[in-house]
Amino acid sequence: MSSDTTSAIGPVEGAAYDVDNPAPYIEPPRKRTGRTPKSTRGNFEMAAWLFMRLSGVVLVVLVLGHLLIQLFLDGGVSKIGFAFVAGRWASPFWQVWDLLMLWLAMLHGANGLRTVINDYAERANTRLWLKGLLYTATVFTILLGTLVIFTFDPNIR
Amino acid sequence: MATPVLDKVEKESAASPYITVTFRIRRFNPEISDAVVWEDFAVEIDPKERVLDGLHKIKWDMDGTLTFRRSCAHGICGSDAMRINGKNRLACKTLIKDLNPEKPITIEPIKGLTVLKDLVVDMEPFFQAYRDVMPFLITKGNEPTRERKQSPEDRERYDDTTKCILCAACTSSCPVFWNDGQYFGPAAIVNAHRFIFDSRDEGGEQRLEILNDKDGVWRCRTTFNCTDACPRGIEITKAIQEVKRALITRRY
Repeated sequence: MSSDTTSAIGPVEGAAYDVDNPAPYIEPPRKRTGRTPKSTRGNFEMAAWLFMRLSGVVLVVLVLGHLLIQLFLDGGVSKIGFAFVAGRWASPFWQVWDLLMLWLAMLHGANGLRTVINDYAERANTRLWLKGLLYTATVFTILLGTLVIFTFDPNIR
Repeated sequence: MATPVLDKVEKESAASPYITVTFRIRRFNPEISDAVVWEDFAVEIDPKERVLDGLHKIKWDMDGTLTFRRSCAHGICGSDAMRINGKNRLACKTLIKDLNPEKPITIEPIKGLTVLKDLVVDMEPFFQAYRDVMPFLITKGNEPTRERKQSPEDRERYDDTTKCILCAACTSSCPVFWNDGQYFGPAAIVNAHRFIFDSRDEGGEQRLEILNDKDGVWRCRTTFNCTDACPRGIEITKAIQEVKRALITRRY
């Protein structure tokens, strides 16, 4: 139903342009062409939308708690050092907290930027490159962070 | 007491109600040039008249080449949506006095659609999105011998979205639609909502599946531009959110 409507649409009025008619021809958006994908339906966008809401709620707790502990309680920012971090990561609770915060914040931010790129980058090539950069940076940061949390050695020299 | 008041009213109406208003119109004629020019017209007009009356005066008395769409001229057909002072409105529902007539009134075609001439745009992408959501009653089984009955509560459920006149003021005010025009746009979703929440209709599942597209309801960023632009006062953003909720509750 949605893919075979081309024949039902007549040519756009005034679409013929030549020397006497110098306005550039602009292909109307949504026009069904050979490059139009057959179907872009799927649950990915819904999952992404839902993830943004749910991870946002969890991140409020995680990030505010993180900031409170790191910057305000018990001496504030001056107490932070290698020993402080080593002491916290000795407990699995803080390992899980930081790991969860890393993954949720990175995916939340990356998905947000993905929608920004979708909304603002107009050319397909620009989109491709920006998204490629975004995904590379996201994967790199997540993997590196996870590696550090799991292989952290407090006795490192 | 009454007599002096009447005198005053008579005196006021005796004075000329006409003022001079500048219409600054974005002109584009593909037969002359591919460039866009802004042209000013000084029009003698009663501030209680509408922007459409000003456009008529220009077209009929000053410059016959001015091109715009209008049919009923009373806010029902939705032909004359345009960007007046930077906001999408119907020219036939906008009074001059509500627009600060001291300054020039800027009039542009609605954004995001290809301009064909002056204020006329190619509405085809807009109607393509409308057709894509299948805006007609879908039922299964035998047709009833009498009318399809519905309770007032069931009718009330989608009452707001039945008011749409397909003027494209909402869709062409949507910043997501401006980008690549692939987003279905508020108007198509509103008209899908009208059938999805109709108790007599049985194609809701199909329509929800269509709007679950990459360029479907999930591209809505709830900027409320559509709700602000709608000349019928439809709560469009709310309708879009209701479709999103229906999509999520359908699955989980």
